[in-house]
Amino acid sequence: MIMSEFWYYRESKEPEAKKFMENKPEPDYDLSYSIGERDFVNTGKASSEIKLALKRLGVDNTILRRVAIAVYEAEINVTAHSRGGNIIANIYDNCVHVVFKDNGPGMKDINQSMEPGFSTADEMIREMGFGAGLGLPNIKKNADVLHIESQEGANTFLELVIFYE
Amino acid sequence: MNLKKVIKALNGELLTKDVNIDIDVTCAFGSDLISDILHCTKEPTLLLTGLTNPQVIRLADMIDLFGIVFVRGKRPTDEIIKMAAKRDLPLILTKFTLYKTSGILYNSGLASCKI
Ligand SMILES: Nc1ncnc2c1ncn2[C@@H]1O[C@H](COP(=O)(O)OP(=O)(O)OP(=O)(O)O)[C@@H](O)[C@H]1O
Ligand SMILES: [Mg+2]
Repeated sequence: MIMSEFWYYRESKEPEAKKFMENKPEPDYDLSYSIGERDFVNTGKASSEIKLALKRLGVDNTILRRVAIAVYEAEINVTAHSRGGNIIANIYDNCVHVVFKDNGPGMKDINQSMEPGFSTADEMIREMGFGAGLGLPNIKKNADVLHIESQEGANTFLELVIFYE
Repeated sequence: MNLKKVIKALNGELLTKDVNIDIDVTCAFGSDLISDILHCTKEPTLLLTGLTNPQVIRLADMIDLFGIVFVRGKRPTDEIIKMAAKRDLPLILTKFTLYKTSGILYNSGLASCKI
């Protein structure tokens, strides 16, 4: 069956992560960015800036790298596979919650998209070094929560949470 | 392996003239796939690649790179060299293929990075 929603919780973080997702408290502050369709020059800037903001908070290097990789892969996906969109990073004192919304065209089947190696990337995207079909698995590997809503012809919504410890 | 030695072994050209290259490189990774390269998170790495677009430099914002070696004589644009200089990231150009570059460095004792 084709699902238009995907949820993942890292087992070791599940109780606090679920509590966070249910309550969605007000962040200390947020950062927002827009992402242009196929803008391979500027894409990645938001990820570096979010990483830098957390670095200033004193977040550990291992966590910073996980945030950077997960956010970067998702930012690239909006650039490469959608008509553009935006990112909002909600910064808390114990975690970061990053939300990606794009302007479609959506995924046919989220579970298929999550499969390592599955990619619909065209020649232009592949020439840039993308299209291995490893981005979404890489986001899952690095995130404590991953939630995606998408279907063919609709916008894609992706949110992830990473705790600082 | 000192980065100066790496350049010599690869008959390489240093593209970032003002960036310090007196650094000790402990491991390397070769790939033309960004998602693949992003798996190198365990230790700082010297990247060997044929990719020359701006996203290769952005990788250095996400993971720890000692520097980037562009293989097959693929020269990046001045814009990209500037991006790297801003990050103190050494860029090296070699005519050798990815396979040959990897072989030379591996035989010189440079380890493969842990993933
Ligand atoms: N925002 C999105 N909108 C529409 N489709 C998407 C979006 N993100 C991912 N996809 C679909 O999911 C597939 C798999 O994504 P994934 O990030 O795993 O791999 P990729 O982007 O193709 O390659 P890589 O990330 O390894 O460079 C994509 O090829 C695309 O078909
Ligand atoms: Mg991707």
